[in-house]
Amino acid sequence: MNRRVVITGTGAVTPLGVGADTLVDRWTRGESGIVDGDASCRDFDPLEFLSRKETRRADRFTQLALAASDEALNKAGWDELPYDSRRIGCVIGTGIGGIGSLMDQSDVLREKGAKAVSPLAVPLMMANAGSAAVAMRHGLNGESFGVVSACAAGAHAIGTAVRMIRAGAADAVVTGGSESAMTEVAIAAFGKMGATSPSGISRPFDARRDGFVMGEGAGVLVIEDAEAAEARGATILGEIAGYGASSDAHHLTAPDPSGTESARAIRMALEDAGLAAADIDYVNAHGTSTPLNDRSETDALKLAFGDAAGDVPVSSTKSVIGHLMGAAGAVEAVATTSVLARRLAPPTVGLEEFEEGLDLDYIPGEARPLEGERLHAISNSFGFGGHNAVLCIAAT
Amino acid sequence: MTTKADPQSAEAVIRQGLEEVGADPGQITRDATFESLDVDSLDLVEIAQIVEDEFGVELVGDDVKDLKTVGEVIDLVVAKAS
Repeated sequence: MNRRVVITGTGAVTPLGVGADTLVDRWTRGESGIVDGDASCRDFDPLEFLSRKETRRADRFTQLALAASDEALNKAGWDELPYDSRRIGCVIGTGIGGIGSLMDQSDVLREKGAKAVSPLAVPLMMANAGSAAVAMRHGLNGESFGVVSACAAGAHAIGTAVRMIRAGAADAVVTGGSESAMTEVAIAAFGKMGATSPSGISRPFDARRDGFVMGEGAGVLVIEDAEAAEARGATILGEIAGYGASSDAHHLTAPDPSGTESARAIRMALEDAGLAAADIDYVNAHGTSTPLNDRSETDALKLAFGDAAGDVPVSSTKSVIGHLMGAAGAVEAVATTSVLARRLAPPTVGLEEFEEGLDLDYIPGEARPLEGERLHAISNSFGFGGHNAVLCIAAT
Repeated sequence: MTTKADPQSAEAVIRQGLEEVGADPGQITRDATFESLDVDSLDLVEIAQIVEDEFGVELVGDDVKDLKTVGEVIDLVVAKAS
């Protein structure tokens, strides 16, 4: 019998502000954190969370992860670690890690020479820095590592953490994703491949969508073995009931237009949770606002859900915060947990013009109450390279 | 374009370096240990670079690995510069 895995803490820093509740409160009201095409975390001041020394020893992606982890552990009531620290893991995903620090030191190297390069360059830029820093900050001695799978990294991290607990390798894991990659090179490169929005508008599933808006942020969850969490009297926020993952093995960047493998990941997540398509009350879509993703994801949902696809409300958090890449799956898991607890699904903001074939219930307009006894949702994440990761989340 | 490393200027530059890496300014004295200031080997590499830029004095790993206090580093910089 598999151990069940529950969520006891969530934290997020996003373009909508600092805090998981801030994210879902504002999204539910239809407010966007994207200003003139910019989806940076303008309200985030690392010095509110970290000392000056800690701040300069962490790339911004790590600073964001640390702040989100503080919120998650606080919410979980972890004033002191509730388990043997060696039984608590830490798995944080990212698309690319500390690319800002890498670019800064690249400039230093060219302008001042090799001797001027900072000794902090490697520990700041490494993609596992977020995981290492979170483990160090909270004294977690269990298995810790980073997960790298582009825009699926946050969901992969959480799925991997769930498996660690189910396998009995950990009693709890602090897990999520973090990204801050808005460097000149990344902006130019995503633009060159036609992935980002020239208009600077994120409007998933809308006929006028023209690419994603690059954002930054972090989402962190505390997940625990259900029996252990219940025994310590933890407040349970939700359950990660299932996880499914697959690979398109199709193209460097483009999703397989048939949606075959992304649909299989969705079905795997449902089977893992012991659920049928009809049991799903809400879909938090990957919904990037790119022409390719939103169509192939729609087709994947139809493949996976069959006739039930049209009945399930679907919305995209990226409509209000842009695409947080390696943090996206984690932030969206945090948001989905809250959506189920509130029984209120926020809308896909900005969706006004419909396109033939994109005919699911994407919740245009206003937030929608969710009906049903125990609510269940899936959260999709798909990454460049054909990585598909799907989480099935259940309300308490 | 380096400056002369007399004890006062060496102390001022090293103090500035320590503050730059995040040491508490109120705790920085000649007798303060790097351990008490939470200054580790990575910080010392950064401070050594600041010293070199300022005084043209190169501090390599073997020079600093046994130094425990701020005063010892100031004295070493002054000695190497003379």
